[in-house]
Amino acid sequence: MMAHLLTLILFTPLAGAGLLLCVPRAQEQAIRWTAAIVATLGFLLSLPLWFRYDFTATGWQFAERAEWIPSIGAWYYLGVDGYSALLILLTTLIGAIAVLCSWAGITERVKEYYVSLLILQTGLLGAFMAVDFLLFFLFWEVMLVPMYFLIGIWGGGRRLYSAIKFFLYTLVGSVVMLLGILALYFHGHSVTGAYTFDVTELQQLTIPFALQKWIFLALFFGFAIKVPMFPFHTWLPDAHTDAPTAGSVILAAIMLKMGTYGFVRFSLPILPDASRYFVPLVAALAIVGIVYGALVALAQTDWKRLVAYSSVSHMGMVMLGMFALTPVGLTGGLLQQINHGISTGALFLIVGIVYERRHTREIAEYGGLSKAMPVFAAVFLIMTLSSIGLPALNGFIGELLILQGVYIVHPIWAGVGAVGIVLGAAYMLWLFQRTMFGTLDRPENASMADLGAREIVTFAPLIALAVWIGIYPAPFIRRLEGTVTRVTARVNPAAQPAVAGVPAAAGPALNDTGAGTGFNPTLVTCDSAPAAGPKPSATPSAPPDFVTIASCADSPSKPAPKPAPKAPPKKPGGR
Amino acid sequence: MTAIGFSRGDLYYLLPELIVCTGALLLLLADVALSQQRQARAAWVAILSLGAAATLLAVMSASETTIARGTFAVDGFAIFFKLLFVMSAAVTVLLSHRYLTIEGGRPGEYYFLVLCATAGMMIMASGIDLIVLFIGLETMAVCFYILAGFLKPNRRSNEAAVKYFLLGAFSLALLLYGMSLLYGLTGSTALRAIATALASGSSGRLLAVAVMLLVAGLGFKIAAAPFHMWAPDVYEGAPTPITAFLSVGSKAAAFAMLLRIFFEGLPAFHLDGLGSVFGQPLGWASFFYVLSVLSMTIGNLAALTQTNVKRMLAYSSIAQAGYMLIGIVAGTPRGVSAALLYLVVYAFMQLGAFGVIVLMRREGVAGDELRDLAGLSSRQPAIGIAMLLFMLSLGGIPPTAGFMGKVWLFASAIEAGYFGLAVIAVLNSALSLYYYVRVVVYVWVRREEPGTPPIVLSRAMIVALAFAAAGTLALGVYPRILFELAQASAASLGRAEPMLGWLR
Repeated sequence: MMAHLLTLILFTPLAGAGLLLCVPRAQEQAIRWTAAIVATLGFLLSLPLWFRYDFTATGWQFAERAEWIPSIGAWYYLGVDGYSALLILLTTLIGAIAVLCSWAGITERVKEYYVSLLILQTGLLGAFMAVDFLLFFLFWEVMLVPMYFLIGIWGGGRRLYSAIKFFLYTLVGSVVMLLGILALYFHGHSVTGAYTFDVTELQQLTIPFALQKWIFLALFFGFAIKVPMFPFHTWLPDAHTDAPTAGSVILAAIMLKMGTYGFVRFSLPILPDASRYFVPLVAALAIVGIVYGALVALAQTDWKRLVAYSSVSHMGMVMLGMFALTPVGLTGGLLQQINHGISTGALFLIVGIVYERRHTREIAEYGGLSKAMPVFAAVFLIMTLSSIGLPALNGFIGELLILQGVYIVHPIWAGVGAVGIVLGAAYMLWLFQRTMFGTLDRPENASMADLGAREIVTFAPLIALAVWIGIYPAPFIRRLEGTVTRVTARVNPAAQPAVAGVPAAAGPALNDTGAGTGFNPTLVTCDSAPAAGPKPSATPSAPPDFVTIASCADSPSKPAPKPAPKAPPKKPGGR
Repeated sequence: MTAIGFSRGDLYYLLPELIVCTGALLLLLADVALSQQRQARAAWVAILSLGAAATLLAVMSASETTIARGTFAVDGFAIFFKLLFVMSAAVTVLLSHRYLTIEGGRPGEYYFLVLCATAGMMIMASGIDLIVLFIGLETMAVCFYILAGFLKPNRRSNEAAVKYFLLGAFSLALLLYGMSLLYGLTGSTALRAIATALASGSSGRLLAVAVMLLVAGLGFKIAAAPFHMWAPDVYEGAPTPITAFLSVGSKAAAFAMLLRIFFEGLPAFHLDGLGSVFGQPLGWASFFYVLSVLSMTIGNLAALTQTNVKRMLAYSSIAQAGYMLIGIVAGTPRGVSAALLYLVVYAFMQLGAFGVIVLMRREGVAGDELRDLAGLSSRQPAIGIAMLLFMLSLGGIPPTAGFMGKVWLFASAIEAGYFGLAVIAVLNSALSLYYYVRVVVYVWVRREEPGTPPIVLSRAMIVALAFAAAGTLALGVYPRILFELAQASAASLGRAEPMLGWLR
């Protein structure tokens, strides 16, 4: 079974969709249960990616390779590294949550809904698993149709408009990206004499700079629309706002990561020179996105639209961290993707909960909800704080690493990025204040029911993860290390020798053993700590943990003393 | 080689065509002999003869030879196309069965014409002599003129027939004129002799005129802009199964002829003294470049505003011809194989899409307007899924066959260095999704109008649509066999030699 684990994870949702087709349309409850069981099973099946992850391996893990279209060199080639393993785990988790959160909200065409959701799940998983560029592209496009249906059939507002906008924007980007892929493919042939879409081999090509630039732009067009980066973001507010709750959650938590994943997996390692060349452009767009997204979010009167614009801002942050091209910044960028998936996913769930009860998303319609829904308010508070990056929650770690990584390269960028964080705190806290505090003057708000058991179940894993990453991110960061090392070695080798003053070859090995001995004891205590009681253990363990993170993330990049003094001054200043 | 008359080998290799013709003649007899109630058997005769022809074609699939004194090639290329024609014809027969009952046509003569058209196409795929090619084309075209007007009481059908006939005759005249110039310049009608003659001599202005006439004539037949004007009206007016056959079979046959003429007969043609485009001498590829860009752009833009599905699919098929021409422009083995591959893919999705429109034709409902499709998914979920697949495939979205076809066409353009063409093509491809998705919206999102008659599935219809849908999906998920077949067939173009051995 382990030999075909990825295939199993990949096709479980699809098989579930096939199963659902056989369930009679009228048996809505049976359809919901089947979908829930399939999605949960999908999550459980993906757990070995966490527990059986091999920290010492350098290549693809759980790899599977079979002939697909041999005459053109396309393979059914699946594999993961630490980064994609985390994204896959996030996908299967969010997939299960998406099924649960639709339980009461979707009452029409239930069967088609869950079939779309499960097919979408397979598309998402496939894109994260594919090591063959053509296979990746196939899954990348497969996602469009079920998402189109989710928005177009079960959405609200101008749903058809939003759906087609999402569809065409993404499609235009991806067809241009396809040309880039093909150019890469033929260049690979002209150099090596073999036709291949294998990413591992493409990453070893030496491509002339002029060609790199063109291919980078083609891929950039596809990925940047998906992220979305600043001028290409206009599909996002519409799609996120009009999608049903599960659709928004998947869009925000997973689908946006597809774009950043593309950069990390393809653009940076395959086109290192062009990536370096375009850093100013990308960073500028990212910074504009951070500030612009935050400012527009401040001006929103629609709860869901506000969260949607916050995504633009946060994803700008992720891109900025990644394109710092330093190990720390990259680590932060990757980790922040997971964090954004958790917190923004949860924020969309939160909007969904009030929308289900009141059928409005106007912020002005609410106020004083914390009195009517105390548990809900608590959940919302945790997720708000996670989103704005309060220490001891996940957002803090990611943003800190990003700013640290960017600061090394360009202090001013980091400064502007920090402004975005301040604005983020402003719009989120203001939102919280307007909806949760104040007087509960509307009778229809006063009668709103607090979270039910099913809803608490949907939030529980996200809260647990937020706290876990906030307090003890080491297991996550260690999983990202391999990816970060490989990508930076390719795109910014200059950062490597500075690593720890050790030759590059010895660097990771040394680090690994250090991690093995130094981290394991803490790992044991911390795995049990959140279960026992997150809050009490948070305060004492946070400072030492923070130090270990910093040193752990920094050891591949800088001598330990350097970042340590840098980080503390940033913290009070940024906040 | 036998000096005069036919050898055993000639007869053997012509058997598929002969079987189809025999079937056609039997149908003509049956039309007279059978009573009105037993007319359904006519469809069986057609299916069986097509099946027999397909079996024989499969048996001789490894052949690579020329027969009939070097005018007729039986190579992988020809077999590939012939199987495609036979398959399309069989699906057309399946689609027509119920349609004819509703429209009240005589099945015997209808299927006779379908089979004759098929025989014409098969000759077009094999001909390596201008005369043979022209005979095949004319056989096919005449059948289609009649078939387009088969619904005698229907004015639109009559109009379609007249338009098709007049414009078709005009285009044939252009083509024939081009051929005659070619003959005058080279002294031969055999494509390979023409190639040899042109390779040694210089290409003058007259040759350029001949090539332009050939491009124009064939451009009409593949419905490429700016020679597309007949297509929307004819597609809309003709009986729907015939529209399907016309848009798939006739287009594929014209492509086969085009490939034969330009790749076997005029491989080295280029215009001297007229400058160069993109660093390459102006040749027939430049003409097709223009045709390709115009077809994609005009086809897609015009399709955006259509509310009649048949008309929309007509414009879409103009755009599809533009995509296929990319492979011709590229001119590489990859380009040719991509065009072949796309023709097969296109056959599945186009026949399927028209099949659904045929299905919508019921007593009192024309069924070819977009709004007629509203709520189809809730009435017939399986048909809804099939239509979704066809539309996605036409738009080039995976995991359907259309995606694989398009990827390979774009790849051939990039490999040959036509980056601009590739960019225009992908942008067009994205644009086209707008109107394909609109069909999907009607099928899946819109609610049906109350009071419309039920949609009844006949067995023949289920078989045809299931076949088309399965092909569309299977070739998208696992296209390996098709890729290999297309590559082998494209490679066999121009390689066939006169046969040896006992069959002589």
